[in-house]
Amino acid sequence: MVDMDIDRIDQIIDKHQGEASSLIQVLLEIQSENHWLPREALQRISERLEVPLTRIQHVATFYKAFSLVPKGKHEIHICMGTACHVRGATRVLDTVQGLTGIKPGESDLDLKFSLETVNCLGCCALGPVMEIDGKTHGKMAAGETADVLKSYE
Amino acid sequence: MPRINSSSELEKFRKGILSDRDPKKPCITLCSGSACHATGSGDVAASIEAEIEKQGLSGKVDVRKTGCHGFCERGPIIVNHPEKSCYFQITPEDVPEIVSQTVNDNKVVERLLYTDPDTDEKITYESEIPFYKNQERLVFGSNGSIDPKSINDYLAIGGYSALEKVLFQMAPEQVLEEVKKSNLRGRGGGGFPAGRKWEESRNAPGDMKYVIVNADEGDPGAYMDRSLLEGNPHSVLEGLMIGAYAIGSQEGYVYVRQEYPLAVENLAIAIKQAEEYGFLGENILGSGFNFKVIVHKGAGAFVCGESSALMTALEGRAGEPRPKYVHTAIKGVWDNPSVLNNVETWANVPLIINKGADWFTQIGTEKSKGTKIFSLVGKITNTGLVEVPMGMTLRDIIYEIGGGIPDGKKFKAVQTGGPSGGCIPENLLDLEVGFDELTQAGSMMGSGGMIVMDEDTCMVDVARYFIDFLTDESCGKCVPCREGLRQMLKILTNITAGKGNEGDIELLEELGEVAKEASLCALGTSAPNPFLSTVRYFRDEYEAHIKQKKCPALSCKELIAYHIDPDKCQACMICARKCPADAVDGGKKKIHIIDQEKCTKCGTCLEVCPTRFGAVLKISGEPVPLPIPEEYRIITRKSKEK
Repeated sequence: MVDMDIDRIDQIIDKHQGEASSLIQVLLEIQSENHWLPREALQRISERLEVPLTRIQHVATFYKAFSLVPKGKHEIHICMGTACHVRGATRVLDTVQGLTGIKPGESDLDLKFSLETVNCLGCCALGPVMEIDGKTHGKMAAGETADVLKSYE
Repeated sequence: MPRINSSSELEKFRKGILSDRDPKKPCITLCSGSACHATGSGDVAASIEAEIEKQGLSGKVDVRKTGCHGFCERGPIIVNHPEKSCYFQITPEDVPEIVSQTVNDNKVVERLLYTDPDTDEKITYESEIPFYKNQERLVFGSNGSIDPKSINDYLAIGGYSALEKVLFQMAPEQVLEEVKKSNLRGRGGGGFPAGRKWEESRNAPGDMKYVIVNADEGDPGAYMDRSLLEGNPHSVLEGLMIGAYAIGSQEGYVYVRQEYPLAVENLAIAIKQAEEYGFLGENILGSGFNFKVIVHKGAGAFVCGESSALMTALEGRAGEPRPKYVHTAIKGVWDNPSVLNNVETWANVPLIINKGADWFTQIGTEKSKGTKIFSLVGKITNTGLVEVPMGMTLRDIIYEIGGGIPDGKKFKAVQTGGPSGGCIPENLLDLEVGFDELTQAGSMMGSGGMIVMDEDTCMVDVARYFIDFLTDESCGKCVPCREGLRQMLKILTNITAGKGNEGDIELLEELGEVAKEASLCALGTSAPNPFLSTVRYFRDEYEAHIKQKKCPALSCKELIAYHIDPDKCQACMICARKCPADAVDGGKKKIHIIDQEKCTKCGTCLEVCPTRFGAVLKISGEPVPLPIPEEYRIITRKSKEK
């Protein structure tokens, strides 16, 4: 994964008029483009917005949307919302953990998959739901997850 | 589009839109909310466009991609105007038939209609389907008929007429009085009267005042705010503008989760259109009122749904709650008076202004007025969003609208109010929904999540699930919440793992009491509710886990085992092939055995074992029977013996 260059980060900061109160919005935009927040990016934001790096770290670790480590090529989101939970989401999660060898919040060594649990994807009629790279796989049974994962190379 | 500069220009423009539209022209509306999108409505939309062109009907039929219709179980949904026949679970393969039969020949495609599960009869119209028939869709009803990306669609159904009314016919005090009189209570959780909040802010000193939409819908299993914002963003904005006018604010925020990309997109489009038309900005509709709206995307923290935490997040900091000795209505964002209401609350405001507080107070119960949107999910036949008048019983919602529990299972409980709510058992099903009624039953209204649970759901596990969720989401600022929840989670996890001890229930109760009394914000004070309500109604399940090491619902992984009944196994090999852990030992004509050491208890074998055999059993609280000796494992079929 190629890290963002400083110019692009500056552009994003300029878009938000370089205001300290827009810290979260700036971080969100970098996260969405780069999929993670490299240290150099945080340092640049700290200089430009005049916000101490410690506070940026506080914010970056507080919110779930941010990652301080690189993400895998395919991002797996398993819904652990209540509706999915009562329909067996835990079993789906267990199976995916077994197949990929990673736990929620982790990426595998060759950066193929990242695994995250999310709290509701808002398509409860399809539960349990697994989302990979934004594509929804509904009504998952533990046995089917292997087939779905195999289709992502 | 030129700006609209006066009340008369608005009415002229509205009439123009209506006269340009031919009500008799065929129009296909397709649900394009997030839930239907996940079931493939994007592909359906593409094939509708292609098919219309292919059949030479371009220009003769309109296609409108609307927001969520609510009946997510049967999505994607199509409604054919002007007849209003509606089709469910549409796939791209159905489209050619719909276009040639319904659009071109005005015939109904029978097989796509809803089938009443009780009578097996086909139902043509939405309004006659039990799921819709028993609802009162005041706030949510327009979702299915307008394109959320088109402000003209909103104007065509009378949109922004409430804004126009307050700006030209009402003083801010009158608006405030009307909302107070309506007794509109906050739809986001607490049920605090919106009018009182507004009044506090209006009377607070300071020139800079804020109005805020709380769209940080974090309750797992609840998505009504998302569907409103996605499907009818202008109604929320209109409510916000009216609130701003009433309290004297010139700046508003919408705090919306970044996990809701379609809501963010539709909202941004709506704001841009409203600015172009002159509903937002300087001198709105020529009235002299100025107001702007800023969208702030939430970066994912459940606690930010709490008002003071949300305001801290708006300031660009980690969203930790603040003590509220002084209400946020007086000292909120950057210490300025700030009125924060939930999406659904704001969307109710234009209705109240248009139809009057007297009309609004006719709906609902004595203390809870109007309607409420619930997200009816879990073990329920008709998953979806339902809007009902306050005071409808849980039984009616679950059975009349929801269609009851699927697969012939038995109802066990309904969980309301999100992680801070509680579980309501079967004997209280005749409870009328309302803010105070639900609180008395040990649960709460919350934002409107309604998760139905059947006999397979373990109530101890549900409590553990919610406490786990809240432990993870606790911001860590105050000790009773941060440490207390962690201890509660440890004990509950032990109980579900069969390691519970006598006295655990009492210890949990004590920890729960402390968190309830001593936490800083509502997340902590309500966090023990999932445990307290389940132990109140399902104490026997806790005791079975602790004393007999048994999970009565056969759900807790550590307390169950899968076993193949040797008398029923037909050695069909299906489970052996499907087992992801390779734990089934079997072969042709050889009775299968599950290796308990290898088994991960994923349940696949039980799911795939043909129902006519029913050989895989789930057991709890008893030892797994020993595998049958090797020499008896060979099946000799009678027919082959001859």
